[in-house]
Amino acid sequence: MISLIDYGAGNLTSVRKALAHLGVTATTPRAPADLTSADGIIVPGVGNFAVTAELGPDWRAAILDQVGRQRPLLGICVGMQWLFDGSEEAPGHAGLELLPGTCRLLTDETVVDERMDDSTSRVEGSAGMGRFKVPHVGWNSLHLTKQSWLLDGVDEGDQVYFTHSFAAPLTADCVGATRHGVEFAAAVERDHVGGVQFHPEKSSDVGLRILQNFLRKVS
Amino acid sequence: MSLSKRIIACLDVRDGSVVKGINFEGLRDAGDPATLARRYNREGIDEVVILDVTATIEKRKALAETIQAVAREIFLPLCVGGGIRGEGHAEAAIEAGADKVGINTAALAHPELITTLARRYGSQAIIVAIDAKREDDRFKMYVRSGQQGTDRDAVEWAREAADRGAGEILLTSIDRDGTKQGFDCELTAAVSSAVPIPVIASGGAGSFGHFVDVFTEGQADAALAASIFHYAEHAVEDLKTHLHEHGIPVRLGALQKSELRSPKSE
Repeated sequence: MISLIDYGAGNLTSVRKALAHLGVTATTPRAPADLTSADGIIVPGVGNFAVTAELGPDWRAAILDQVGRQRPLLGICVGMQWLFDGSEEAPGHAGLELLPGTCRLLTDETVVDERMDDSTSRVEGSAGMGRFKVPHVGWNSLHLTKQSWLLDGVDEGDQVYFTHSFAAPLTADCVGATRHGVEFAAAVERDHVGGVQFHPEKSSDVGLRILQNFLRKVS
Repeated sequence: MSLSKRIIACLDVRDGSVVKGINFEGLRDAGDPATLARRYNREGIDEVVILDVTATIEKRKALAETIQAVAREIFLPLCVGGGIRGEGHAEAAIEAGADKVGINTAALAHPELITTLARRYGSQAIIVAIDAKREDDRFKMYVRSGQQGTDRDAVEWAREAADRGAGEILLTSIDRDGTKQGFDCELTAAVSSAVPIPVIASGGAGSFGHFVDVFTEGQADAALAASIFHYAEHAVEDLKTHLHEHGIPVRLGALQKSELRSPKSE
């Protein structure tokens, strides 16, 4: 059973629908204690990082407890950013601190996090067509940086759908990188914790494959 | 590797069917929205817009059913526009499965609606639709499906909409809409260079070359069309291959990727 965390950040319909398509029913826990029956947890999200504040200390503790019990966790979009220490978008709000790093506004310059792993190679620069715009909206390609369970079966250059203004830094946890102005972490994983900046539920076959990979980790 | 230019299919929906005027012969039934959406998804469309061309109160329930039916078929971004007058309409569209809502007349009448909706759903969910028409040296803004002129300049209004929290601009040239003579690249470039958010060009698509023009000359981030896709099988695939061959970054379908990688096409 998958627990889909609802903290009021827009609609869960799309994620629920994609999971149903893959044959899995997701439930929405009403209280942190409900998480004990979860086989896997998904934290979706759109909008501002500050909305993650809706997930108070008891929710954080319950989610971290399940992660400690080896339950797979997937963060999507803002839900992925929440896995990190925090975001410049809402400096007063701490993230879940499962992954080190701070999310930053996308800018049109090359900023590489000092924690970037040497094995993380760089993607080529953009074709330079049109102006650099934020939010980063649309289909962009994944550069696979590491062996990954989350991106298993995804090909180098496969495209996925993004819509965001802030992004996680390139660190040792990055398994897929994308460039929009700067290069940022599009997919991360550490053990059984995964995160994707893009929307797998809106990324057609490639996105469904990634959700399937998460479900496989759960079972 | 860069952000792809998006190709968006517009489904003009009336009473649960897709309709579109063809060669000025009036509205013709182009079929079931969910069936068309499924075909476009297979051919590699990047996004779907449902435009409710009736948008009367009694028809809004039918619209919700259409949104649900399309959302069941595709795992792609879905935008709904037409007759969204306030928060309630936006909420109904999003609950039915829309990822984004397009607002036009209501946004101009109540600009604070843009900010209200952006705060509630995030800017990425709010598209401000602008219908513009050339008048003298400027682009004048029209509302009520192009029926009513305003004293607002389209470029200036686009800037204000972005400032108020719109995530994208859907820009339609009234002069070109339905003509198949090509997008208004001058209008598109004027708006695209004035705002920091993505601009979707609409109105006038008649050939694949028109899309090349609007992505280069017009500086569009996405292009929307309807009838060019409705009546020709594989039009989406063929268009994307054409754009790829002209150096425009696009998302290619699985079939195209394997064809382009195979030695015979080298």
